[in-house]
Amino acid sequence: MDLGISALNYVNGIRNGEFTVEEFVSKSLERISQVDKKLHAFLRVNDLAIKKAKEIDTKIKSNQDVGKCFGMPVSVKDNMCIEGSKTTCASKVLENFIAPYTSTVITKLDSEDAIIIGKTNLDEFAMGLSTEFSAYGPSRNPWNTDYVPGGSSGGSGVSVSANECIASLGSDTGGSIRNPASFCSVVGLKPTYGLVSRYGLVSYANSIEQIGPMTKTVKDSAFLLNIISGIDSNDNTTIDNKNQDYLNDIDVGISGKKIGIVSEMTNSDGLSADVLNATNESVKTFEKLGANCEQISLQMVPYTVAAYYTITSTEAGSNLARFDNIRYGYDFDSAGFEFNSYISQARSKLGPEVIRRMILGGFVPSAGHAGKYFLKALKVKSKLIAEINHVFEKFDFLISPTVPIQPFKFGEKIQDPVSFMMIDFNTVTANLTGIPAISVPYKITNGLPIGIQIMANRLEERSLLQAAYALEKTVNLPEVPSL
Amino acid sequence: MTKIGLEIHCQLTKLESKLFCSCKADYREFEPNTNICPVCMGIPGSLPLLNKSAVEKATLIAMALDCNTPDKIAFFRKNYFYPDLPKNFQITQLNVYGNTSIGWSGKIKVEDKEIRIRRIQLEEDPGRIIYEGATEKTKLTLVDYNRAGTPLVEIVTEPDFETPHQVREFLNILSDLIENLNVSDPGLEGAMRADANVSIEGGSKVEIKNIGSFHDLEKAVHFEITRQESLAERKIEIIQETRHWDDGRKITVSSRTKEEEAEYRYHLEADIPWIRISDNIKNELQTRMPESISSKKERYISKYDITPQVADILASDRYFSELFEKANNEVNAKHIANMITTDIMGLLDTREKRELSKLNAKHLSDLVEYITSNKITRASAKLALDEIIKNGQPLSQVIVDLDLGNVSDESALFEIIIQVLNEETKAVENAKQNPEIINFLVGKVMQKTHGKADPELTLTLLKQNLGIV
Repeated sequence: MDLGISALNYVNGIRNGEFTVEEFVSKSLERISQVDKKLHAFLRVNDLAIKKAKEIDTKIKSNQDVGKCFGMPVSVKDNMCIEGSKTTCASKVLENFIAPYTSTVITKLDSEDAIIIGKTNLDEFAMGLSTEFSAYGPSRNPWNTDYVPGGSSGGSGVSVSANECIASLGSDTGGSIRNPASFCSVVGLKPTYGLVSRYGLVSYANSIEQIGPMTKTVKDSAFLLNIISGIDSNDNTTIDNKNQDYLNDIDVGISGKKIGIVSEMTNSDGLSADVLNATNESVKTFEKLGANCEQISLQMVPYTVAAYYTITSTEAGSNLARFDNIRYGYDFDSAGFEFNSYISQARSKLGPEVIRRMILGGFVPSAGHAGKYFLKALKVKSKLIAEINHVFEKFDFLISPTVPIQPFKFGEKIQDPVSFMMIDFNTVTANLTGIPAISVPYKITNGLPIGIQIMANRLEERSLLQAAYALEKTVNLPEVPSL
Repeated sequence: MTKIGLEIHCQLTKLESKLFCSCKADYREFEPNTNICPVCMGIPGSLPLLNKSAVEKATLIAMALDCNTPDKIAFFRKNYFYPDLPKNFQITQLNVYGNTSIGWSGKIKVEDKEIRIRRIQLEEDPGRIIYEGATEKTKLTLVDYNRAGTPLVEIVTEPDFETPHQVREFLNILSDLIENLNVSDPGLEGAMRADANVSIEGGSKVEIKNIGSFHDLEKAVHFEITRQESLAERKIEIIQETRHWDDGRKITVSSRTKEEEAEYRYHLEADIPWIRISDNIKNELQTRMPESISSKKERYISKYDITPQVADILASDRYFSELFEKANNEVNAKHIANMITTDIMGLLDTREKRELSKLNAKHLSDLVEYITSNKITRASAKLALDEIIKNGQPLSQVIVDLDLGNVSDESALFEIIIQVLNEETKAVENAKQNPEIINFLVGKVMQKTHGKADPELTLTLLKQNLGIV
């Protein structure tokens, strides 16, 4: 049995009786127990997975209706709530938080008979891009365990890449799906803002973040997007996509499509030569596929990282303010605390990156400084949206490297917060403008992955997935090293 | 010149659910922390779901106060740390980046003075903090989140008041208006609260908070003006500050915290998309707008010939004006209005009594009909009213039960009159010289019938018997 198969092949395998759900799930659990000591993709594994697998097998055998996922093991980033189980956000503050309700995406997966195999590691509250800021220790890149897997959905990327499960759900605030997808050589899709319900996703920067699939193939991402997308009465920001089928016509190709190569993202200071080479190769590939590629400029891009951190810190400062030691934090102390020390006591449980952003979030929108920082950031955002709207009048897609660099070693970047932030340079544009973006595995150089990012206009997921699929078909990447 | 401005908070108690979740808007009957859910508790991952009826009801208030209303409304987060605030931010509105609150630039007339309304916004009420325990050592601070997320409309006036009396008049008019709109029940404890800011000529603005009732607000404003004036007389500077109303001592006390330095880090609440309020919606709301108190009053006067005083009392009270509208059939309107204002308002002077009352419009129209057709006397009607309020039986039944019917049967009355005439021979003789004596005889008949004799018939029969024409 090949644990590395795609979601669609898994479904075929079950339907053709090649293996049972229980067989596949128990093999996956075995794989997790073998490799996850090294990789630390999972914070928790679902004890009930085998029981659920048996139930689905019974349904299959007795010809009952079975959901589209046929019991496929899917991992979920540990910032999405599941009723009755822990959701820690990789933080000590939520070490013992048991959610009283279930996220919409989990409910949807469950109703299609996916098995949530476990909750994956992340940077604390999804703030970071390497999992080095997880309060429970980092995850490791299966391509080379000395290297970071990217983040913040690093555990999700690793779990798919290392064949611990079929697919995963991550969340993407500034690249947190696409960055680890690129670093781990899996497909990662950040959908249009509002296409997927955020109900049950612990907010970090709620104006720009989305849940999305991380999968082995582009088709698998389309398959999962079919399940998790659509309007939700529990999230007022969701959009009615009229049950669009993203797998339909995924193979129509991109002949005649217009692609803009974002020059700011292919000329930036931090861009590595290897990543640039891979990007240039991908441009040639797109042209071979019949697309017209052209350099374009988005003049706001150089300001996006600053704007992104200003906006997200402001929202994080607000979203995380509830962890104030009254309802979350330390155990109840009958003696209580001095009034003003409640919040400082609780915040002593937060890690350095979260604290950094909370402090920033207390400063940039404050009365005396908002004009210089927060309001300027909003201006950058609205100008960027205008630019994006303008380019999509002419172009179908925009492309760039997903991340300007390849995976780096643990501890290598973390000391310099500003250059660390610049790693988000290519990904934050899609979040600030709400457009969909996908990272497609393109190359392995020096044993480490490089992903290509494709962006499309709002709600153009169908054509975005068509372009991604066309690119994916041209590449032939090695298997992930055995661990 | 003295300047007084108000900030009024009004809960939309007539709504079913809270502003962003399906918990009950009326939290008052619940055990602590039982009217809560992941949304109003700010459990991680929960999202606010805007109650559209709250937007409509708040817009009705804005329209009734003659405000401008926006095409689109937005919500903002006001960030501050307080234990009664589950998320440590309040979802509210802000007009700093364009007018996106429920309403702005309105006005209302108070005793020929126009009070300008600066803005009206929709926001969530926090929970409540309860201090328990007598000594400093055993003192507990308890938090009850049942109220958290209750829809609240904030109405901010310009500093257009000059006297505490105007403030009081305004609050009376405003609470009548809000009651008339059927958006809130101002009589409920905590449903309407107000803060005031007060400044006198040459002094800084002082904000007064924590005022429990509108009655106390008038007192607090009065106290504050007096305090500021006495400082000014002694040439002591009046500093800008926030003061709290001390309910026990009936004075304002300086707050220890400097609230003017509060840092709220306002930013847009992205979880609630901008809500379009189209002209269609506004027109539709306009058609649902109840008749205003002043036009109701005018109508009562012109259509039913009711005195302005009675019309004013009736129109200002939603409960009694509804009763009046249902009971009157135009012909009896004046009688109904008088009966409500002279007899019923006294009997139903509290919210509790109104809720328990079994009196309906049919009772009322019957009562008036029985009195005007001399089936019962006014005195009997009052007794019947007491009984109806208690048990709600039909008037005819109550009359039988309490034996209140007029003795209008001529033969029965005739017998009683003969009895009286036989007993009061002296009066009968005098009556022929002094017609006033006849009233004494009517009184005697009334005595014998326990007040139920038809007075007109009694008089006629007496006169016939005595040969007086």
